[in-house]
Amino acid sequence: MSTFTLILILLAMTAIAYGVARQRSVALAGVHTQTRKLHSLPGYYGAYTALWMLMPVALMLLVWGMAERSVIESNLIATLPQKYQIMEADELNLAINEIANLATGGITNIEQPDSATRSAADEFNRLTERSALYRTLLGFALAFGGFLFAWRRIRPEFRARNHVEFIVRGFLLACSMVAILTTIGILLSVIFEAIRFFGMVPLTDFLFGLQWSPQTAIRSDQVGSSGSFGAIPLFTGTLLIAGIAMLVATPVGLMTAIYLSEYASKRFRSFAKPALEVLAGIPTVVYGFFAVVTVGPLIADTAAMVGLDVTQGAALGVGLVMGIMIIPFVSSLSDDVINAVPQAMRDGSYGLGATQSETIRRVVIPAALPGIVGGILLALSRAIGETMIVVMAAGLSANLTANPLESVTTVTAQIVNLLVGDQEFDSAKTLAAFALGLVLFVSTLILNIIALNVVRRYREQYA
Amino acid sequence: MKDNVTLERVRAGIDKRYRAERRFRLMGLMAVLVGLVFLLFFFSSIVSRGYTAFAQTQLQLDVTLDEKTLDPSGARDAEKLARANYRTVVRNALMAELGEVKGRKARKAILGLASNSAAFDLRDLVVANPDLIGTTQTLWVLADDEVDLYLKSDETAENYSGRMSEQQIAWVDSLREAGKLKLKFNKGFLTNGDSREPEQAGVLGAALGSFYMLIITLAVAFPVGVAASIYLEEFAPTNFFGMPRSAPLVGGLVLSLMTLPVVIIAGRASIKSVPPSIREAALGLGASHNQVVFHHVLPLAMPGMLTGAIIGMARALGESAPLLMIGMVAFIVDKPTSPLDSATALPVQIFLWFDIPERAFTERTSGAIIVLLLFLLAMNGTAVWLRKKFERRW
Repeated sequence: MSTFTLILILLAMTAIAYGVARQRSVALAGVHTQTRKLHSLPGYYGAYTALWMLMPVALMLLVWGMAERSVIESNLIATLPQKYQIMEADELNLAINEIANLATGGITNIEQPDSATRSAADEFNRLTERSALYRTLLGFALAFGGFLFAWRRIRPEFRARNHVEFIVRGFLLACSMVAILTTIGILLSVIFEAIRFFGMVPLTDFLFGLQWSPQTAIRSDQVGSSGSFGAIPLFTGTLLIAGIAMLVATPVGLMTAIYLSEYASKRFRSFAKPALEVLAGIPTVVYGFFAVVTVGPLIADTAAMVGLDVTQGAALGVGLVMGIMIIPFVSSLSDDVINAVPQAMRDGSYGLGATQSETIRRVVIPAALPGIVGGILLALSRAIGETMIVVMAAGLSANLTANPLESVTTVTAQIVNLLVGDQEFDSAKTLAAFALGLVLFVSTLILNIIALNVVRRYREQYA
Repeated sequence: MKDNVTLERVRAGIDKRYRAERRFRLMGLMAVLVGLVFLLFFFSSIVSRGYTAFAQTQLQLDVTLDEKTLDPSGARDAEKLARANYRTVVRNALMAELGEVKGRKARKAILGLASNSAAFDLRDLVVANPDLIGTTQTLWVLADDEVDLYLKSDETAENYSGRMSEQQIAWVDSLREAGKLKLKFNKGFLTNGDSREPEQAGVLGAALGSFYMLIITLAVAFPVGVAASIYLEEFAPTNFFGMPRSAPLVGGLVLSLMTLPVVIIAGRASIKSVPPSIREAALGLGASHNQVVFHHVLPLAMPGMLTGAIIGMARALGESAPLLMIGMVAFIVDKPTSPLDSATALPVQIFLWFDIPERAFTERTSGAIIVLLLFLLAMNGTAVWLRKKFERRW
């Protein structure tokens, strides 16, 4: 029986079980005394039985699905002729894959299968069939067992609702753990791959090396076969571009927030604020295109007029566009904290004769400063992690320079560069991407923690 | 007397202070304008580059469906008809228009005026109606992308700097004077999949890919996100793993996945905005906590959650960097018919076309960006509309 039919039948059985159990609870309560005697509403007895029927089977199917292939393979190996028994592990794996493909009618490299392979494929099919049969039998047995268990517990005084609610709560908890567990999983895999990388390239070489050229040769006797993984040029490149972005975004975003929250009329504000937030909603791939096609040539032409030479993919253009992208982050975060400054502080300042700008500069901004700094740090961590703009607009050559008119590369651009395309997953080149990812993760996490702490401390002050 | 001295000093400085005030205010206004002007500049730049992608040059041909070329045996066998030489027919039609040419190179050049889809279109036409063989049909077929660029560069008063030879340009000019070249609405751009030929490339394949991806994202992120926000808002103990729920570490971890956090944050906010009076009323009537949540709080919080989900979806629609990493960057011509088929997504398509040096693709890229922005606009518009319609002030 195919998995799909099995699940369909089980679902239908569950629905029936729900109805039957519900009926039973009503009948147990006694028709005349109505359901008042029951601890829970009749539906809960139904739901309880249905859950008991479905959950063990679901669990079993999950485990079965994960273990099936390896159990079949180990059984298959035991029946294979001598020539397979002496194979190396990966050679054997390959042979078994061929057999499995032959059995399921997939694409194989074997043109004319010999009798041993053919019989192995038949054996494979037989094992698969048997596995499906056992699974179906076990599934029905479990479903039935669960049903009987729940059925026998149905009594008027049985607290079905509490049990069902406990399960529902467990489901909700599981859902809220999904995000956390995936993140932990990602982090762990990055850490382990990074550790493997540091097994090949010393940590100090990576963190303090000045030369980045990850191209490792295929043969060991080729020129430049070792590759060099000094990440300093990437860090400086990232900081240069993010720094330019912050130079654009901080003053513009901050002044925007001040103007919109302190000076602007309600009408202007209601138009300008959403319009600026559109900037945050534009996909980064579009910004990248824009940086290359419009801003890059614009800067090159302007620089040519004053006699400067700008390379393709100069940090200036990339940083400029990225800065514009994060203006809304700075402005909306600053807007929130500026609005949170109590009006009484402003009124006090006006009462002493200060002008509005003096009030803003000497009272409002200092009071809001922690929040503003937090917002800027959050924006910075976004600028550091931004990928598409730099992949499209920045260069790939790792220059160690602070000149914004030259092309630099960033951590994110290199990660994409290392991971896109075909490559082995155990070469230093690929693993370097994980080391870079780890650095990126740790630095943005630290920035975020600092930022959130700064913001929270401030909030506590005026709440 | 002393008061007067103070007053004097205040008066002396007041002009300066007012000037500073005006300067400061102007700076604020400038900052807002910088953002707005950039936005305007951005949209006008994209639209002015991309609107031409929605028109495409078509070529009118009087095609003689010659029996000798297409079906020498006269059997009208469908399979043979499908494999007949339609390129010759197209070339003959062009030569009938522009005069005979001799030599392999020139014959190739004249055929190059039409897109290679012209031959395929003809094939489809003939296979569908074999009776047409022997007649002369007047058809509009796609012109080559270079012809298209040439015509458009004229329209926008730019200099043409393409790869056509002088002879070809002369042909194009004469065709245009005869009224046989026209810019028509580019339906293929909206209904085709990707192609190596710019004039045939369309966004539908990528749009479908995006659509299926969004459905999957919605199906996973919405239920999980809603369930998670219910748990965190209603049932979670104030201590989570021994650390406070507001610990940046927990928050930072939760926020790391892409769409889920958006849904969760919006969900929690909308659950929080359901007034306690409703909860208390239900509890007072004997409902359990679960019943309160699922019968009363959740239905009332649903519009807010949906809005959050749409905004999260819009984010996901524009995302491309993760897709690059998982290898959704292949060149795929076929339009996907289910979420299991391989496909690209709109932003990835933009990235792919952006990478192609051919000039006609720059225009396509901008066109695809316009399509993507329209989608985003529609989704965010829906979110705003939903919020306006269902927002309740308690």
